[in-house]
Amino acid sequence: MAILIDKNTRVLVQGITGREGEFHAAKMLSYGTKIVGGVTPGKGGQRACDGRVPVFDSVAEALASTEANTSVIYVPARFAVDAIFEASDAGISLVVCITEGIPVLDMVRTRAFLEMQGTQLIGPNSPGLISPGLCSVGIIPGNIARPGSVGIVSRSGTLTYEVIYGLTQRGSGQSTCVGIGGDPVIGMGFVDILRLFQEDPGTSHIVLIGEIGGTGEQHAAKFIREFVDKPVTGFVAGRTAPHGKRMGHAGAIVEGASGLAVEKIKMLQSCGVRMAQYPDQIADLVVGA
Amino acid sequence: MKLHEYQTKGILSEADIPVPLGDVTETSEGAQRIAQELGGQIAVKAQVLVGGRGKSGGILVVDDLIEAGRAVERLLSSAIKGIPVKQVLLEQALSIKRELYLGITLDRERGLPVVIVSTEGGVDIEETSQALPETIVKVYVHPCVGIRSYQFRNLLKSLSLPSNNHQEFIQILEKLYQVFWEFDGALLEVNPLALTNSGRLVALDAKMIVDDNGLFRHPVLLSMQREELDETAEHQARQAGISHVPLEGSIGCLVNGAGLAMATMDVLELFGGAPANFLDVGGGAKPERIAVAMSLILGNPRVRSILVNIFGGITRCDDVARGLVTALEMAPTRVPVTVRLAGTNETEGHRIIEESDVTVHLAPTLHAAAQMAAAAADNG
Repeated sequence: MAILIDKNTRVLVQGITGREGEFHAAKMLSYGTKIVGGVTPGKGGQRACDGRVPVFDSVAEALASTEANTSVIYVPARFAVDAIFEASDAGISLVVCITEGIPVLDMVRTRAFLEMQGTQLIGPNSPGLISPGLCSVGIIPGNIARPGSVGIVSRSGTLTYEVIYGLTQRGSGQSTCVGIGGDPVIGMGFVDILRLFQEDPGTSHIVLIGEIGGTGEQHAAKFIREFVDKPVTGFVAGRTAPHGKRMGHAGAIVEGASGLAVEKIKMLQSCGVRMAQYPDQIADLVVGA
Repeated sequence: MKLHEYQTKGILSEADIPVPLGDVTETSEGAQRIAQELGGQIAVKAQVLVGGRGKSGGILVVDDLIEAGRAVERLLSSAIKGIPVKQVLLEQALSIKRELYLGITLDRERGLPVVIVSTEGGVDIEETSQALPETIVKVYVHPCVGIRSYQFRNLLKSLSLPSNNHQEFIQILEKLYQVFWEFDGALLEVNPLALTNSGRLVALDAKMIVDDNGLFRHPVLLSMQREELDETAEHQARQAGISHVPLEGSIGCLVNGAGLAMATMDVLELFGGAPANFLDVGGGAKPERIAVAMSLILGNPRVRSILVNIFGGITRCDDVARGLVTALEMAPTRVPVTVRLAGTNETEGHRIIEESDVTVHLAPTLHAAAQMAAAAADNG
């Protein structure tokens, strides 16, 4: 079982002929992801990934010739929003945006548009998502994950890999691992993913990885208290981060008390989430639960 | 990126938002010239990117050009909250009847800009939200729609402004909102928006923070940033694609990934260590970038121990190892270096380090590495 992506996911890679797109498309293909096409304006008619993937000039054209339902975006920040709009407009139901560096106000407009269209977005500034054994959309390394029943939702990239790897080593495979991204305004948030994990018969335990900044973890905590009856284990990075400084991720900045790690940890704990003090402890808590 | 008061006021002025007459200077001669042109009482304001300048002696009112020159000379040889004063803004001092607060920022959860007003101008809005929250009114603005008339009415009602200032207020807010959008604002704060004795609204102080992600489309702002950062470590880091935030501790950190870098700092603290910096080398770092990151850390005299934590996805552990070895060969150090390499090509990475002449301590997990690095800082 899995959420959002599985063996029926058919993926378009936007930006497939760029350096990032090409590299990661090849990795996804070797993982077993069904990539049915790529999009790079002006390169329609070419083939990518050693001839295995047809390239189209637009998402609409790609959809006319393939049955893609998902798209993944490896397009530079200044063009990424256009790519998201294009995919949504053409009827793609799940868009995964890896790109970092998109101006926040662009995302404000994008999110409003996608809500009107009913398009689901993962990201931006996200490593993507993986349903081990079934499908990988993004850059999460396939070899660290194993199929299982732990669902992971995280704002981080490599910290997520650390946690996936730790769980795999302890024999706790994963149903789906979702990177919601490190930006302040994103598509699907913690609550959206938690809802899906709660409804997924293949997920028996949930892991939530947060960071400083914003109030996403607090909203997640309230949602967990009301609606989630599966065990949840959590970790929030940035207890030692100073106020007012952007810690790498555009969304990782403490701009008021609610952005502090300690506030998020307190809130999650009070809503029944078992909080790890350090990343390596997450696997202990999950296995011991 | 934070803009100075004079830079923000320059942008507001271009957008026809009323600001006090004034100009910025870096010399006391310049101050005298400006004071002479302005005439009357002059407000002298240190241009430093910290709050609470007034309480720290960074804002003065003087009566004439001689006093202005002296005040500026004093300010330019001083620091406000540890930041050296390099520029001073001189403005016509105005007689103020009331001070309001007006700010525009982004509500992340809703994904909408929010306009915040309060009758308590001239004080820190965070303090007001603790002490007098009932004076704060927020209005959420939908990007497709803009600020609606009923929203203006709500704001005006809460501020009890004289009716002949209503249109003025609406125009100022509309223009501020436009500036916020146009310049990729993260925060645009006019505190106070003052009602002068002569019945005009003026942005007496203004502060803008712009989204770093938007800088690429604002060449003017980019050049302001360059001036600010030119020789600092943060600038070098940025050029190399590294995110770097200096901190107070003694353990230099080098990590791939922002969340992992923060978690690494957190684990260090669990073992009694204090990070000297946050440093994210980003994904897929090549040896050259790793070497730059190491030099940055090695250049910090407070560093007594170094922790390198890499979980490689697209980042390759052999590239990291090469960069580390290069940096340590170029600048040999007695500072103990603890390295944890996991993920892509970790075996090759370990081999490169073991076969080199540099001494680093290899650790298998983040936990073990943090413990070693913290202990090493203590022993140093």
